[in-house]
Amino acid sequence: MKMLLLGNEAVARGAYESGATVATAYPGTPSTEITEALARYEEIYSEWSTNEKVALEVAAGASFAGARAICSMKHVGLNVAADPLFTLAYTGVNGGLVIAVADDPGMHSSQNEQDSRFYARAARIPMLEPSDSQECKDFVKEAFYLSEKFDTPVLVRLTTRVAHSRSMVELGEREDYRLKEYVKDEGKYVMMPAMARKRHGELEKRMAKIREFADESLLNRIEWGDRSIGVITSGVAYQYAREALGDVSYLKLGMVYPLPRKLIARFAKEVETLYVIEELEPFIEDQVRKMGIKVIGKELFPVVGELSARLISERVLGKKKELMDPPLEQLPVRPPVMCPGCPHRAVFYVLKKLRFTVNGDIGCYTLGALPPARAMDTCLCMGASVGMAHGMEKARGADFRKKTVAVIGDSTFIHSGITPLIDLVYNKGNSTVIILDNSITAMTGHQHNPSTGYTIKGEPTIAVDLVKLAEAVGVKRVRLVDPFELKELEKILKEETQADGPSVIIAKRPCALLKQVKFGPQVTVDRSKCKYCKACMVLGCPAISDTGDGIKVDEALCVGCGLCIELCRFGAFVKKAGEKSGGA
Amino acid sequence: MIVGVGGQGTLLASRVLGSVGMREGCDVKVSEIHGMSQRGGSVVTYVKMGGKVHSPVIEEGEAHIVLAFEKLEALRWIRYLRPDGRIILNSQRIDPLPVILGESRYPDGVIREIKKRCPNVQVADALETARKCGNPKTMNVVLIGLLARSTRIKKETWLKALRDVIPERLLEVNLKAFEEGYNYSLV
Ligand SMILES: Cc1ncc(C[n+]2csc(CCOP(=O)(O)OP(=O)(O)O)c2C)c(N)n1
Repeated sequence: MKMLLLGNEAVARGAYESGATVATAYPGTPSTEITEALARYEEIYSEWSTNEKVALEVAAGASFAGARAICSMKHVGLNVAADPLFTLAYTGVNGGLVIAVADDPGMHSSQNEQDSRFYARAARIPMLEPSDSQECKDFVKEAFYLSEKFDTPVLVRLTTRVAHSRSMVELGEREDYRLKEYVKDEGKYVMMPAMARKRHGELEKRMAKIREFADESLLNRIEWGDRSIGVITSGVAYQYAREALGDVSYLKLGMVYPLPRKLIARFAKEVETLYVIEELEPFIEDQVRKMGIKVIGKELFPVVGELSARLISERVLGKKKELMDPPLEQLPVRPPVMCPGCPHRAVFYVLKKLRFTVNGDIGCYTLGALPPARAMDTCLCMGASVGMAHGMEKARGADFRKKTVAVIGDSTFIHSGITPLIDLVYNKGNSTVIILDNSITAMTGHQHNPSTGYTIKGEPTIAVDLVKLAEAVGVKRVRLVDPFELKELEKILKEETQADGPSVIIAKRPCALLKQVKFGPQVTVDRSKCKYCKACMVLGCPAISDTGDGIKVDEALCVGCGLCIELCRFGAFVKKAGEKSGGA
Repeated sequence: MIVGVGGQGTLLASRVLGSVGMREGCDVKVSEIHGMSQRGGSVVTYVKMGGKVHSPVIEEGEAHIVLAFEKLEALRWIRYLRPDGRIILNSQRIDPLPVILGESRYPDGVIREIKKRCPNVQVADALETARKCGNPKTMNVVLIGLLARSTRIKKETWLKALRDVIPERLLEVNLKAFEEGYNYSLV
């Protein structure tokens, strides 16, 4: 049977058909749907781990214990998981271990566009790269096979366009995989210097074998066509090249590390002009060059952003396409916004009012950096806000600290905010950390996390108590507040930033998109009371607009959260009497 | 190509089209963008079908049809249309935040500007039609109905594709929306 599957769903299907029984991940666009799809298979244990390092360690444990396991993450997640990754290359596996990592060229939803292929090379772990959904499934199956054949974890790299495109996939049966026997073997699984030295030697021997394999594997294939142009490519870049250049010759690499050197040499010899077409860094190109082969690559193609068929056609064939006139004026941009009813809006409103320096973090609340609030000064990576606030205090002292906070989401706090909080307490910091607890991992599409009280499969579980957690690490001043109580929030913020010693403020209110969230009736403007002072415009609520002669609440958008009622000094916002709850 | 505003139901529409393509025996690729852009931002999905589809994305000057859920977005993406392409447009206006904040202006005469560049535009008030059907969220399916009528693909195939994608409990109102779109009288 054929189905139209997302690349991510096809990765999940590949793991299912391989008989995998353990799947772990921390969510991250564009990788999230892999594990969401895996969670729908009853036969597979799946979890949202607290972060990518933990996810990889859980998967490694499962592999050592004899199961086939898959661990998924976005590109920056691999930075977090890098520590276990590098040493897993030494230990190798027992049951097959596949790590799916999704890069985001063009940064559709990321803070950088790093190229994970370098991790494969640095850690010396083979990496496969599919170019459509069918290959996603097939390559994951092949990855499990290779993992066990060569006793190594195997990376499967996706990019946004592969992960988030649907294409046809032929479904197969699930393999009846039996757990491998677990045998205690400290020489292989306990990595301390004496053992690790031996294993490093093993790793090098293994790499030599995998290199040979790469030259013979069907993962890498030559498609002969017109030999005046030869293209070495992989992943979605292959699809772009095919579309742009048609029937020239291709060496399509399914395995991007290690490279099939003999195959490359043979291909290079038989084509007139050789190109390497790859997104982001010249990863393949540099290695081909090092082999002494003349090749054209990044002198034509950018290392920034995505490639496209048009770009390839222009740069290789010199073809330019006629396009219609651009829209006359500069059109207004349409950036993403905090939803109506979003609890984060209240916090950024107050932070802006207080003119604080705000160390931000990653999540929906990063939108607090955009107008109208513009109430965020820094955003580096997950968990960074807490350590950075502490660093700012150490650099600039108490006066500055008293107007500085860290702002971090619940999921992000658990991912990597706890250790810097301990650092801050231990090292006599006085910073204020605001945890935006909206009871969900919202940004990536509503995944549960340890503070929500539910597992990935929706089963109730023990919820982390953030108040007790903060107290347990030594924070004496822990405050819980509903961010929609604007005055209370402002008061607490002032008190805690002034106070000596570290403070944690938990701003608790669920994401407005959660099903159980019900607001009262919608809001409307009482024109007789409105002074048209526009104070409400600072909220940046998409439902409130300035019509030029007054303020209006858009019926299609208002969810009735009432934050504007709380804010307006003149009582100009009122609930519509007797009407049902807002929201379409 | 389906363009609109995050939250308008573009993803569902693209899945229906994908299913239609598959049922027609085509090679199909549907490219979606998840994550950040879904929070009320400008969104675009590409649906390609034919003999063999390589690239999952549609580039400037390539789209045969643009299904636009909002008029400013139609204008924003119009260069993706082929010179002989056409647009099916929901006449709705949704102000982006910079407009709401008074930092930019929603341009006048958007539909006129669109028509200047593309003679083949069908404009419908799909939101109003969807409301009349009982659920404004079926606006996407009203537009699919409009599109369906102007293709050579059998109506039956469209109905099957809707059943492939839409959950049982929402099917009735969506089938109604499809019919309304299919029979929409354009002025
Ligand atoms: C290392 C790493 N892993 C994953 C992500 C993707 N990601 C960005 S924000 C986020 C979660 C945000 O959840 P939360 O902190 O609860 O904030 P919310 O979006 O709910 O406001 C995730 C998973 C990332 N940017 N970096």
